[in-house]
Amino acid sequence: MKLKTVLMGAAGAMALSVGTTSAQDPVSLTIVSWGGAYTTSQVRAYHDPYMAENPHVTIINDDGSANALAGLRAQSQAGNVTWDLVDMLPSDAQLACDEGLILEIDHDEMLAAAPDGTSASEDFLPGSLGECFIPQIVYSTVLTYRPGAFSDDAQPSSIADLFDVENFPGRRALQDRPGTNLEWALYADGVDPDDIYEVLSTPEGVDRAFAKLDTIKEHIVFWTEGAQAPQLLADGEVVMATGYNGRMFDAIEVEGMDADIIWDGQVVEWDGWVVPAGGSNIEAVMDYLYWATDTQRLADQAKYISYGPARASSAPLVGEHADLGIDMNQHMPTNPDNYFSPIILDNDFWTDYGDELRERFANWMLQ
Amino acid sequence: MAQADARALANGAEPAPTDRAGRLQTADGVPLKTALRRAERRRKIAAFLLVAPLLFFILTFFVFPIAQMMWRSVDNPQVVRALPQTLEALQDWDGSDVPGEPVFAALHADMMADLERPRVAQAIGPLGIRLNYELSAARSAISRTARQVPNFEAPYRDAFMDSHRLWGDPALWRIIKREGRPLTSAYYVAALDREFDDQGNIVRRDENRRIYVQLFIRTILMSVAITFLTFMLGFPISYYLSILPMRYANLLMICVLLPFWTSLLVRTSAWIVLLQQQGVINTMLVQIGLISDDGRLSMIYNMTGTIIAMTHILLPFMVLPLYSVMRNIPPSYVRAAKSLGATPWTAFRRIYFPQTLPGIGAGGVLVFIISIGYYITPALVGGQSGRMISNEIARHMQQSLNWGLAAALGTMLLIGVLVLYWVYNRLVGADSLKLG
Repeated sequence: MKLKTVLMGAAGAMALSVGTTSAQDPVSLTIVSWGGAYTTSQVRAYHDPYMAENPHVTIINDDGSANALAGLRAQSQAGNVTWDLVDMLPSDAQLACDEGLILEIDHDEMLAAAPDGTSASEDFLPGSLGECFIPQIVYSTVLTYRPGAFSDDAQPSSIADLFDVENFPGRRALQDRPGTNLEWALYADGVDPDDIYEVLSTPEGVDRAFAKLDTIKEHIVFWTEGAQAPQLLADGEVVMATGYNGRMFDAIEVEGMDADIIWDGQVVEWDGWVVPAGGSNIEAVMDYLYWATDTQRLADQAKYISYGPARASSAPLVGEHADLGIDMNQHMPTNPDNYFSPIILDNDFWTDYGDELRERFANWMLQ
Repeated sequence: MAQADARALANGAEPAPTDRAGRLQTADGVPLKTALRRAERRRKIAAFLLVAPLLFFILTFFVFPIAQMMWRSVDNPQVVRALPQTLEALQDWDGSDVPGEPVFAALHADMMADLERPRVAQAIGPLGIRLNYELSAARSAISRTARQVPNFEAPYRDAFMDSHRLWGDPALWRIIKREGRPLTSAYYVAALDREFDDQGNIVRRDENRRIYVQLFIRTILMSVAITFLTFMLGFPISYYLSILPMRYANLLMICVLLPFWTSLLVRTSAWIVLLQQQGVINTMLVQIGLISDDGRLSMIYNMTGTIIAMTHILLPFMVLPLYSVMRNIPPSYVRAAKSLGATPWTAFRRIYFPQTLPGIGAGGVLVFIISIGYYITPALVGGQSGRMISNEIARHMQQSLNWGLAAALGTMLLIGVLVLYWVYNRLVGADSLKLG
């Protein structure tokens, strides 16, 4: 990945030195993302084609998204902003936006309209746009299990089964943060997906969620990094694991892991771009963004990873996986067959109550 | 020059020149005292210039960042910057009920003034983030209201209270007043699992929100355990290395150092492969029938895993100082003790062991101080019970972006280590440390 980036950079630089007659000055953009299969999907869907069309642009990949907030603040305070475009989660984007670390976005002004003329702010899925945030994909956190760990006539099928250690014995891998886990605890306890955050903003609701988590506490293995969840499943350490649907897709379809995804109660969230304030290539970044977030490009990314495009107009264009040739539609979190009981992650709730609930969760883990 | 004169003086080759007052002089008529002082000064400047690059390096990349980090743990500019008029209006508020209209008018004026500023210089965003550390949902109270403020009309009190319930909560106002100072103790209060109550007294937090004190204690206990284990494992091997002929000792030393040269992540992952429930060790134990298939041991993703992996990683830091000290203990002492009638155990206990203490001290201090701030291994194999305080510091640095709290925790850790070192120095004496 890194080597490829360097090689591409070198190739780009050579192309530049040859084509000096080009009217545009060479520009190099540092684009920060999550690394791994996700960055690869962006390189193949966005970066490579864009650089082919615009030989004066070189794109450098930086796998810093996991710590993007700290990086943005440090660069801003040092007065030396070296990142041009950053891929991050909307809750982090809101925090960075409040601090003035990233630029405000006028979506209709800066982004392409859909092919049928629908404006960008209408075309992007409802609720996905943020003051400073341009959504790219819809991903979800799902429960995945090993069919071999259970008898054929009693396979788990819902979030309630995650909390049912009697009928589905074995260890479960959960992420070591309150987000998703508390939502699922309430959902399994019978709360309607639409009411979860209302319940969770009361002290009684929080107690109820932790009480539900208590019932499986001794069966939990916690994971921190996204790659750990499929690994724990593949190693046979756990019988079920929560994880990002794209990683699980990769492990199941590409690596051949024997596991199935349960779409019930999938926790849906966006992921997308933000533009750091104070960067030196704002104009070039905006040109790239206009192109890389149009209808066709967002649909293209779904050829490489099973995350859904954030534009309504991209959905019909989603086709087959570029290497495997399988139909990607059935693996999209937004496919109606999978989207029957989604929980939409409420970022406003988590920016407000996150600190308090993380403390409570850390305390709960310590006990 | 002055040195040559001094030497000539000492040799008594010729009578030394003096001035009228009888003070010694150099050949060119400068009083000897001055000349010596000048030479001394020149020597000092030369010495300083030699160490200046290192000193500069340490100041810039070590002392300055640490000082800056410590500063962050008390720095509190957000409220003062965002709400100067409100704070002024709050001065004679008694803190019992929601403040009156003048305070809300000042708040309105502050927010309007802030909206005039360019986006990157606005103070309202950071204010919301800062207040949310103290009171959940304060961020959305601030940011949601800030969006509506241009449409507000007097009387402002009702307009604000309609826009978000928290404006009608005296708790929010008490926090604004309390944190309306350029310095704060709030991060340290939070780092000690305490909070301010309604009267402004510091009280312990709800039981289910206490984490840091417990984590500090656990971090120290785990570090002590790791230090003790590295000592138990490192002492015999160091002793064996020290009595081997040099060429074999060097060969074995490479085996001790080999893990040192392997990537930390590779070593940690290797432990995962070995220790997990479906891992090498458990499978072997099941196969030889020591444990049943259902009774596989949990040796990783808990405290045991962290202690095993960290003991392995830190072992060289114990072996190296021990080995270098033991190498220099003359074997004749123990032989002399034995010839005087000491049993092997007594000879070891009374003669050999005390001589290794400087090495044990050095190794122990090294291992303890490194493990107390260890971060990556606990994060990977610690699960829920094997986490350390450094994992919380890293989370606040990178994810929650609460650098003030991270700085307070880091400063407390730093002070804790310094105190422990001071105790060590009082008990054993730092000058007895021998690193090689």
